[in-house]
Amino acid sequence: MIQTKYKLFLLVVPFMVFTFIFAYLPLWGWLYAFVDYRAGRSIFEMDYVGFKWFSMLVYSEQQIYEILRVLKNTLGISFLSLLFSFLPMAFAILLYEIRSIRMRKIVQTLTTIPHFISWVLVYSVVFSLLAVDSGVVNNLLIDLGLIQKPINFLASSDHIWLKMVGLEIWKGLGWGAILYLAAINGISQDLYEAARIDGAGRFRCVWHITIPGLLPTFFVLLLLAVANMINTGMDQFFVFSNAMNKSSIEVLDLYTYNIGLLKGNFSLATVISILKTIVSLTLLFSVNRLSKTLRGESIF
Amino acid sequence: MSAIKGDGVSQSAAFRRGIRESRSDRIFLGLTYLILTVVLIIALYPLVYILSSSISSPAAVASGRVWLWPVEISFDGYRAVFQNDQVLMGYANSLFYAVFGTLISVSLTIMIAYPLSKKTFFGRGPLMIFITFTMLFSGGLIPTYLVVKELGMIDTRWALLIPNAIWVWQVIIARTFFQSSIPDELSEAAEIDGCSDMRFITSVIIPLSKPIIAVLSLMYAVGQWNAYFDALIYLKTQSLYPLQLILRSVLILGNGSSVDAADMIKQQQLAELMKYSLIVVASLPVLIIYPFVQRYFVQGMLIGSVKG
Repeated sequence: MIQTKYKLFLLVVPFMVFTFIFAYLPLWGWLYAFVDYRAGRSIFEMDYVGFKWFSMLVYSEQQIYEILRVLKNTLGISFLSLLFSFLPMAFAILLYEIRSIRMRKIVQTLTTIPHFISWVLVYSVVFSLLAVDSGVVNNLLIDLGLIQKPINFLASSDHIWLKMVGLEIWKGLGWGAILYLAAINGISQDLYEAARIDGAGRFRCVWHITIPGLLPTFFVLLLLAVANMINTGMDQFFVFSNAMNKSSIEVLDLYTYNIGLLKGNFSLATVISILKTIVSLTLLFSVNRLSKTLRGESIF
Repeated sequence: MSAIKGDGVSQSAAFRRGIRESRSDRIFLGLTYLILTVVLIIALYPLVYILSSSISSPAAVASGRVWLWPVEISFDGYRAVFQNDQVLMGYANSLFYAVFGTLISVSLTIMIAYPLSKKTFFGRGPLMIFITFTMLFSGGLIPTYLVVKELGMIDTRWALLIPNAIWVWQVIIARTFFQSSIPDELSEAAEIDGCSDMRFITSVIIPLSKPIIAVLSLMYAVGQWNAYFDALIYLKTQSLYPLQLILRSVLILGNGSSVDAADMIKQQQLAELMKYSLIVVASLPVLIIYPFVQRYFVQGMLIGSVKG
């Protein structure tokens, strides 16, 4: 008995080693935020500078402006995508109204495809569709007489947040709907039958049964998204950023990369990572508390 | 379980048809189909356009004559792709990373998820805290980079396989799957019959876990195939680059690596020629696998995503 338990524990060891090295050791690296980083030296040989790098973030007016700009981009894009976060739910509801199960599966499979296309490729696809010389979109707009000259959509910062969120939706709509489809399957069919007998039409069934049935799932996902507002990731923004739109597309994660790995200021980049962690933890716990007060149920 | 559910659905569909649809129902249904059609077109049009462009003659594409169907069918683009050493190497590298990365990730994930799913497992609570902690605190870009550097993984294939091998979210999905679809009685019965834990895993758990293994493999493989950022920061040698990074230099940066002007123009023409076929070829592996995995997929997600 004891021997088998011991063996089961052996299974866990590789994972623990991996996690320790790649998730816990980097936390030790937070110390770099308090020293003057110099390549090739151990941390004990670097000069301790206290909170110098933290105050560096708000050191000059220009620096404050930079930070505010990056924060504005990050929160702006996240907020926009929160606004549209009901779309996967709406899509799943509509999908469920398709009577033929075969058709429903086909539509679902086809709309999930974009999720599997990498951001590098999404960029190339968008780039060809929006090309300035005889791209499909520009051609169409000119033919319709809506514009006179082709527009270089990607090389401008106009509505860049909206464009980014639009692409995110294009990529993630079908994928995001899967979870809601699962939740709809969990709603008891008796409710629909009872409602139909009482004379409720399709729309009223959706309004009074499906939507209330999905709201708990929606809220959990929404709150998690709020908690993650500051972590936009950078895969998407990195490929779409260029000299023309950089000032409006540079999100916090991208900024950390630019500061740390491109400009080589390891200490400042670490400071930003630390602050980011603190902010997202605060958000997570406030959101959880909010959920407790509003719905009487915590999200984790 | 799923068979019963399936019957319930089709029964109620028949039931729904049984009741006469009112006019407002038909309007609602019409609107639904209209919206779904629009969504389908928006989701698929870009992909169809790329596919058509990839088998049209470059001249027809450049002059904007291709908008839905291929014009003047030509496979020059594909020929160029398969003659380009850089692209082929990237392809081979990406296949390598996807296959081995997935192997490593899926094994590790199952190895941790199964013990976690057993209520009798010693140290289950502390281990869960150990894992949850990593979801809340992450070192961030630079500290992680420095750890990878200290380990001497910079500019080696290991840098793409090891540091991101385990996604905590996948562990949780797998754990929930094991908990809810493999009854405790099964392991108790096996234990009474003298079956060891290892034997139980290989001859009971693995065969019963096809759906979740399929889901985990797909997610990890797609993740590896589509990732470029780790390669961007950890790799320097071009012969190690995965396809996405090569694509980025060919498609996005227009490949400015050459100084010679004549060479540049040649490169650009080549990039223009290959562009569409490259996109198709690069997304093919993932799109081929997905429909096969999909049936497991909804099943695995359904069970795996239930809170608990």
